[in-house]
Formats: sequence, structure tokens, C-alpha cells
Amino acid sequence: MHKEEFTITVYTENHIGLLVRIATMFSRRKINIESLNTSPSEAEGIHRFTIVINEFEEVVRKLARQIEKQVEVLKAYYNTNEEIVWQELALYKVSTDEIAEKAKVERLLREHGARAVVIRKDYTIFETSGHREETDKLVEVLAPYGLIEFVRSARVAIIKASHGFHEKLKEFEETEPGEDQVENEFLDKQNEVFTM
Amino acid sequence: METLAVEQAAIATKKTQTLSGSQAVLEAFVAEGVDTIFGYPGGAIMPIYDALYDYHDKLKHILVRHEQGGIHAGQGYARTSGKCGVVFATSGPGATNLVTGLADAMIDSTPLVCITGQVYAHLLGTDAFQEIDVINITTPVTKWNYQVTDATEIPAVLAKAFYIAKSGRPGPVLIDITKNAQLQQFNYEGYQPCTHIRSYRPKPIIRKEYIAAAAELINKAEKPFIIFGQGVILGKAENEFKAFVEKTGIPAAWTILGLSALATDHPLNVGMLGMHGNYGPNVLTNDCDVLIAVGMRFDDRVTGRLDKYAKQAKIIHLDIDPSEIDKNVKATVGVWGDCKETLPLLTKLVESKVYPQWVNRFREYQLEEEKEVIHEELNPSTDILTMGEVIRNLNELTGGNAVVVTDVGQHQMVACRYAKFNQSKSNVTSGGLGTMGFALPAAIGAKFGAPERTVVAIIGDGGIQMTIQELGTVMQSEVNIKILILNNEFLGMVRQWQQLFHDKRYSFVDIASPDYVAVAKAYKIEGQKISQREYLRDALTTMLNHNGSYLLEVMVGKENNVFPMVPQGCSVSEIRLK
Repeated sequence: MHKEEFTITVYTENHIGLLVRIATMFSRRKINIESLNTSPSEAEGIHRFTIVINEFEEVVRKLARQIEKQVEVLKAYYNTNEEIVWQELALYKVSTDEIAEKAKVERLLREHGARAVVIRKDYTIFETSGHREETDKLVEVLAPYGLIEFVRSARVAIIKASHGFHEKLKEFEETEPGEDQVENEFLDKQNEVFTM
Repeated sequence: METLAVEQAAIATKKTQTLSGSQAVLEAFVAEGVDTIFGYPGGAIMPIYDALYDYHDKLKHILVRHEQGGIHAGQGYARTSGKCGVVFATSGPGATNLVTGLADAMIDSTPLVCITGQVYAHLLGTDAFQEIDVINITTPVTKWNYQVTDATEIPAVLAKAFYIAKSGRPGPVLIDITKNAQLQQFNYEGYQPCTHIRSYRPKPIIRKEYIAAAAELINKAEKPFIIFGQGVILGKAENEFKAFVEKTGIPAAWTILGLSALATDHPLNVGMLGMHGNYGPNVLTNDCDVLIAVGMRFDDRVTGRLDKYAKQAKIIHLDIDPSEIDKNVKATVGVWGDCKETLPLLTKLVESKVYPQWVNRFREYQLEEEKEVIHEELNPSTDILTMGEVIRNLNELTGGNAVVVTDVGQHQMVACRYAKFNQSKSNVTSGGLGTMGFALPAAIGAKFGAPERTVVAIIGDGGIQMTIQELGTVMQSEVNIKILILNNEFLGMVRQWQQLFHDKRYSFVDIASPDYVAVAKAYKIEGQKISQREYLRDALTTMLNHNGSYLLEVMVGKENNVFPMVPQGCSVSEIRLK
């Protein structure tokens, strides 16, 4: 048993205060959040949190259940890096003079798949996306040429095996169990004991 | 001045077709069947109190002396009535004074709806007078909370509040309402109770394969053992639970909050679990082959050292909260659901059995505990009064029909160990949070929740001094509660630990008491103090028969310890009898 990187994907209502409610789940257990992103999801009106932590699988499993228990949370999934595709976006500001003068910088940027977002007389802003090691690498190589500013976004991730949330959401909106959930004989005999 | 004019205008136009936010709050209460509110007014909740003035025939308001007293009273009310407790407090300090009670209700799964006033919406974030960020302060200690800044939200938000507080695993909900929303007139379209929130599933669909797997384990078991908690009471499943226990013939032991869910003298009730629980249930937890946990959460005070807890047993865990299953103890079979529904399904599939030899082993441990601990505690051989004999006498006089409210500490453990209960919802105590000062206000609420019953608050000399101001509430509300102070002139439980684990270095546990009888008298409450056995029986009888509240202070042994005890960090089977 060892700690590893997990990505927790949480589908929620878009509600003021929910960020704190979710964040306290981690801080209460003294778990550091490595990266946190909130954005709309594929389902209209449903928000998606992407949270990265380093922890034991058992801790993450319990944490996901505690998160899912919150009233405004629909579903919480957790995945290892093998189970997801993820990217982080990074922006780099460098002096335009430096790039113009040194052909080597241009080559470095090409090699790292950087794209110019803004070009001004005094500075140019490049963007790359990728895994942390990739965006970090470009910081390293640009440093000797005077990297003026650098910023990186939180991780966004897609779960490889996921079919998205559209169908799940329909299930949640049902006040009675859906057809696909009617899977046992007790339900047929004893309707009254089954509730959502 | 401008705001005052707005307030006056709002009050003046109240009797129109439209309603104010404040009235909408009270309409919601009436629709939800609320009859009693515990609260304390203040600046930011004044519009609601103004509206309450016109609802006094429908809603009884109990004016407490401190907001903490208000919320504990709400908890006591909820615990004996099985309904949702309702509490009012103003903004700022009024709201922060609720925090202990919210935390207590959260960890003990008590349904509460708390309404706090808040400053005008345009003042939010300006450090206005009595402004505090109550939503963020209370987030970790509420099941749900929400800030209302517009009156039109009130009916739907309150419907959601009651639904969330009461459904699934119950808990406290706090609604913070800004003053402008309380005053705002709006077109009221009636109250619709909430029955569904898409992101919230209070109850799962019960999966028959788990019920079947659980039944198979039970049917094959030779030494099965049931441990039950408050889930049985919260699920109103006492009858279903009793039927399950009786059909399976399995001995059952309770957690402190499960106490009274099954009558204490039921032949299969083998006693209390945990740190100060009974000998047999603790030792045999580590000997049973199937452990059936019903509506309990394997608190550390119940399990002792987890890596030595019931390792030999297959575990069946019935709980309504899926995050509890596998949280502390890994379940062989987790049955997620309301035990009111899962227990009958399980009862149907289990065989009718008896386990005479197995049950007898509990009896043998019981006899040993009687000999080593219980007999002396209940029938002391010295002149010094014990807490246990007070409880024994109380049992004999009430016949086990009283509601017993306890505070926290030695008296709580003794009361829970020895009090007799014939009916459910009779034991009110602060279990998870261990809140000293809980008992007096909770007893007030407990009496309003079950007015036909005798309510006895058993409190230590430490706990009573934490919320003694609520004697004012007792006086003014004319509630009839029996306050039984067991005074050992120490913060007894801490002293016991200092004696056992800190080399008898009694560090700041020597607590002085005022003249409680005189204090009670100042609040127009009758009372007396006794320290000799010959007066005990009569004093308890006088207390119980007194028409109105009564305070009885009993001086008990200063350095008596509560045993048995599972020392912290030890396994339940390492329980000590002395």
C-alpha cells in the first residue's frame, strides 16, 4: 500500500458554498489538494469538479463517499492516472527581443508544441498544454532566456471508461426508480418497500 | 433612519394579500406541523419575532437564556418526539452560539431546522454590526445550510430544509435569512412540501442479493451477535427490530444512542457496548462468528482498538448512510437501506432459532460483572452513596417509564449502564460529541417533546454549571422536569483518567459548586440536597411526586470510578473489571 495520485471527479449542482463544503472534506482530514478545477460539465446545469490528491486508495474511496453524501453532490468518482486522459494548460511570458534574437528559443518553443497567444513589441505569451512534466520542462528550458511570468491551470480530466453524465442525470431526476433499476423480485411483490 | 422607515412600512403593510418573508417562514412551520420553537431574539431576527407575535396560538415559543440552551432544547425535543426540532437565533453571536449544538446534532444525527437572522443583504461582507459568515462557520456541522437573501425563495428553501433534516440519516439544517428578506413582501403562492431533490438520495433501492447474503450468513452462524444503535430509533423500526431479534434468537447489545430501542429487560438484551459497557458484550465481540450491526457507526468508543476488533467475525452492517459502511469496520455484507425496510426483509429470510449455550455465555460474564462491579455499585457496603444506587432507586420508583436525559461524564456512563427503559426514545444524551452542559436544556426540550412523560435530567456537578442559566427557562416556561445532580465534587471522568493513567496527578479537576438548592430557589424551583442513604428514597419520591420542576442534589462518593472499562488504545476483549 502506497500513496498515489488520484483524480476525483465530482458532479454537482451549481451552488454557492459547495466549494467550501467539498474543500473541508479534504482539509478536515489534513489532505492537501494538489489541483482543483471547477467547470460546467457535459450535462446542462451540472457542475464538474476535478480534484487531484496524493493518497491511499482506501482513503480516497471513503473520501469519495463522504463527498457524495453532500446534499448538492450527485456523484463522485475517483480514478488513477491510468484510467483518465488529462491535461493542464500553461502560459509563459517571455521577452519578444529574446525570441527575435535567438533562433534557439524559437526551436525550443516548437519542440514543446508552444503556441503564441499574444505577440507585442515588449513581450510574447505562449501557451502549451500537457502533463505537468511537459509544462514544467518548458519552464526549465525557458529560464535561461528570461521567463517573465509563468502560470499553470489545474488538471482537467476525462475518465476513459465514462459514458458521460446525461443518462445518469435522468436517473437522478426520476422520483421513482427507473426501469433499469427494477431488477429484483421484491420490487415486483412489494412495491411499497422501495423508495429512492 | 431610512432602514427604520422601511421596516415600519413593511410592518404597516403586513396585512395585505401578500406575505412577508417572516410570515412565510412561520407558514412553513405550521404546514410542517411544528408546534414548539426554542429561541432567543435579537436585532437581525426581529421581523420574524414580530410575525411570531401573531402566531402565538399556533406556535409555542420557548424563550431560552442562551442560544446553546435553545439548540440543545431543540435536540431534546427531537429525540423524545421523533419530530424535527426548530430553533431561532439572531445573527452574529446568536448564530455562533448555535455551533456546539449543531455539531452535537450532526454527530448524533438529530433532525433540526435552525433559523438565524442575518444583516441586510447589502451589508453582507462589510463587517456590519452582528454580521458573521454563519454559512461558512456552520458548513462542517450541518447536513445542509443556505442563505436566503430574497423572500421569494423562503417557501421552497424551508420545504427543502425540513425534507433534508428529517429524511435519510437525519441531521441539522441551518437557514440564514437576511433582514431584508424577512421584511420583503411577496406574492405568496402557498407551501409545497419537498419530496425530491435530484442530487440527494436519502434512501437507496434495497438490493435483495445483499439481504439474501446477510440471511445466509446469519442462518449458518453458530455464535451470532447483534449490535444496534440509534438507527433503529431514528428509523422508527423498534418493532421490526424486536421481531428480528426474537425470530433469530440472537443476543443483542446496544450503543449508548441505541439504548431504549429494545427494552432493557428483554431476555435477549445483553447490555451495553464500548468503553464503559458490559463485560460480556465487549469480550464476546471478539468471539462471535457473525456480527450484525444495525444502524450504528462503529464509533471508537464502541470498538476500542480497531485492528483487534471482531477480526474473527463476518460482519453484516445495516445502515442508511452508505458512507458508514466500510468506514471503520470492513463489512462482509453491507446492507444499505432504511432498517425499517431492510429488517423485515431479512427477518423473512432468517430461520427461527435459539442459541442457549451462546446466550448463556453472556449470562456467565454478566454474573461475573455483577459480582465484581455491579453489586457493590448498586448496593454499596460503605456509607458513601454511589451513583449506581441512586439510579437503582430511581428505576424502582419510575418503573423504567421515565425519559432519562444525561449530561456527559461518569454520571452519564453510570446512568446509561443501570437505567431501565421499557419504551423507545427514552434515553437522551450527548453521545458522539460529548457536550457537557447538554442535559439541562435538552431535558427542557425533551419534556416539550413528550409532555405526558416524566423527564429526569441526571447531571454532574461540572455539566450543570455549564448551562445553569437555563434554570431561568425552566422557571419561565413552567416546564416540569426533575433535575438530579450527582455531585462528586470533581470533574469525575477526567479525574478517573488522571488516577488511572496520569499517576493520580489531579490537575484542575477539583471543581467547587455553588449551593444548588439556593440557586434553584432563586429561580423559584423547589429542591433539596442529601448526602445520606436513609434520605435517598424519600428525596427521590418527593422529587418525582412534586407538582412542577424539582432539583435534587445527591452527594456521592468523591473518588468512585466507572467500571468495567476498555482503556483507550486497547481491544474490547481487554476490558478491565477494576
